[in-house]
Amino acid sequence: MRTIRAVALKEIQIYFSSPVAYIVALIFMALSGFFFVRDLGNPFPEASLSNFFQGATLVLTLLAPALTMRLLAEEQKMGTIELLLTSPVRDWEVILGKYLSSFVFLLFLLALTSYYVVLLLVFATPDPGPIYSGYLGLVLYGMAALSVGVLTSTLTSNQIIAAVVSFGILVALYATALISEVVTGTWASIFNQLGFTGHFNDFVSGIIDSAHIVYFLTVTALFLFLSIRALESRRWR
Amino acid sequence: MAIESNGQADATVVESPAEDAMIEVQDLTHYYGPMPAVENVNFTVRRGEILGFLGPNGAGKTTTMRILTGFMPPTRGSVTLDGYDVVGQSLEVRKRVGYLPESVPLHTEMTVTNYLKYMGTLRGMNGRRIRGRIGDVIDVCRLGDYHKTLIGKLSKGFRQRVGIAQAILHEPEVLVLDEPTIGIDPIQVVETRGLIQELGREQTVVLSSHILPEVSMICERVLIIHEGHIVAADTPNNLAQHLRGVEQLEVEIGGPPAEVMAALRGIDGATEVSHHPRPGINAYRVQYREGADLRDEISRTVISRGWSLLSMQVNSMSLEEIFLRLTTTESDDEGLA
Repeated sequence: MRTIRAVALKEIQIYFSSPVAYIVALIFMALSGFFFVRDLGNPFPEASLSNFFQGATLVLTLLAPALTMRLLAEEQKMGTIELLLTSPVRDWEVILGKYLSSFVFLLFLLALTSYYVVLLLVFATPDPGPIYSGYLGLVLYGMAALSVGVLTSTLTSNQIIAAVVSFGILVALYATALISEVVTGTWASIFNQLGFTGHFNDFVSGIIDSAHIVYFLTVTALFLFLSIRALESRRWR
Repeated sequence: MAIESNGQADATVVESPAEDAMIEVQDLTHYYGPMPAVENVNFTVRRGEILGFLGPNGAGKTTTMRILTGFMPPTRGSVTLDGYDVVGQSLEVRKRVGYLPESVPLHTEMTVTNYLKYMGTLRGMNGRRIRGRIGDVIDVCRLGDYHKTLIGKLSKGFRQRVGIAQAILHEPEVLVLDEPTIGIDPIQVVETRGLIQELGREQTVVLSSHILPEVSMICERVLIIHEGHIVAADTPNNLAQHLRGVEQLEVEIGGPPAEVMAALRGIDGATEVSHHPRPGINAYRVQYREGADLRDEISRTVISRGWSLLSMQVNSMSLEEIFLRLTTTESDDEGLA
């Protein structure tokens, strides 16, 4: 436990002592803010965050790779992985610690958006249910997206490759919902079930379906498991 | 003095009593792709000993150290440290080892103190012990004025000290230092050598170097490693004495090994004969004093006994040549400094 915390704390320190964190936070706020205000100009705007939630998944798809690309690729490039892996730390502790740091940063990003909620509460009376469920969905979505990034960062010592590959995977998982719109029948439902978006929309509508929660947690667990195996395998290469 | 290669156990090493053995390496082989980086290496490090790996670049020193520290498993062979297997009980091994990799990889975006705290926690030390030890290692490594500096802003020499500081932080039983004096200025080299000697009073130290005088100065015992094989293992003094004026022949003879050995030993001028069986072939190594050419004598002996002489060659790289190469590298280094 202490080693996981040590690994995570070190990464969090590095997030906040480098410009990456601030740039990511800035872009995230700017883009998600755009989605938040997009429909406010309508004659009868809805007092909800649903536009923000929908938009935020796209923004997370773009930004999650930037948050995770450093985590293991840099250690491999700089050779510091040699001291990390010759310390009495288990491989899963390394992966979990690294992952947790990015998760904490995700929570920090989402906390920044809480002022949208404050604005809504000040100027309108929104239905609180979809706000809770929407944030829950966003946390789950972010968890899964970050786990993909951790895997690609484990597989290479090149941060650009780590970012681009995880970006590709995340866009594919984001876009499967679009494919499900152009195909019909079983294929449509398969594509809808496969990707992130199809499992996210219910959260925005205020529905908390355990199937969706299980989906995101399973994806996260799968990618973290693969990351641990990838880290183990680099000992044998 | 013992000469060995190709899987022949080194008599002087293997005979050292097992109970005070800290590191035992048996038939260690590691391949990168099809090429062996180290092949059938055997040695033992006694508790409290300072052992030096000496060899030119690419000889297999770093590979061996990475296996000792549990960074990667060997392709073949077994390595135990304090009785723990580096593959099966890797965690126990890693608790007992402090390691300074050759390139001194450090987290450049952390301050010295923060970095040491981080490494201490990874090594399972509690906060109180970490605080106490950080003070100690900062003193020992003379980092006092720089403990709040970002590692990225430190010079190579100071980074080296931070590297040593993290290696000794958790008071490991074994210190593995890969080229601890490479790339730092001569004054710091002298300081670092002194520091290692001091540490070696209480800890088992394995260090590598391609500089002969350095190893002779610090180490109690030296393994000369060349192209993945240990070619010699002895105290620095014995090595130096023995290497003076010795040449070596490698012969392959078809015939009963015991008799061949006896016959080779009987040849006038042969100082040491060793047997190196390989699948289907019996090879022998004959050392003789410089200038005495034994080839004629050996071939006649073999023929007269009715054995077959399959091959005979003067060893392409004698110890002396390796030695020479190592010493030359040192003078080159000084020339540059």
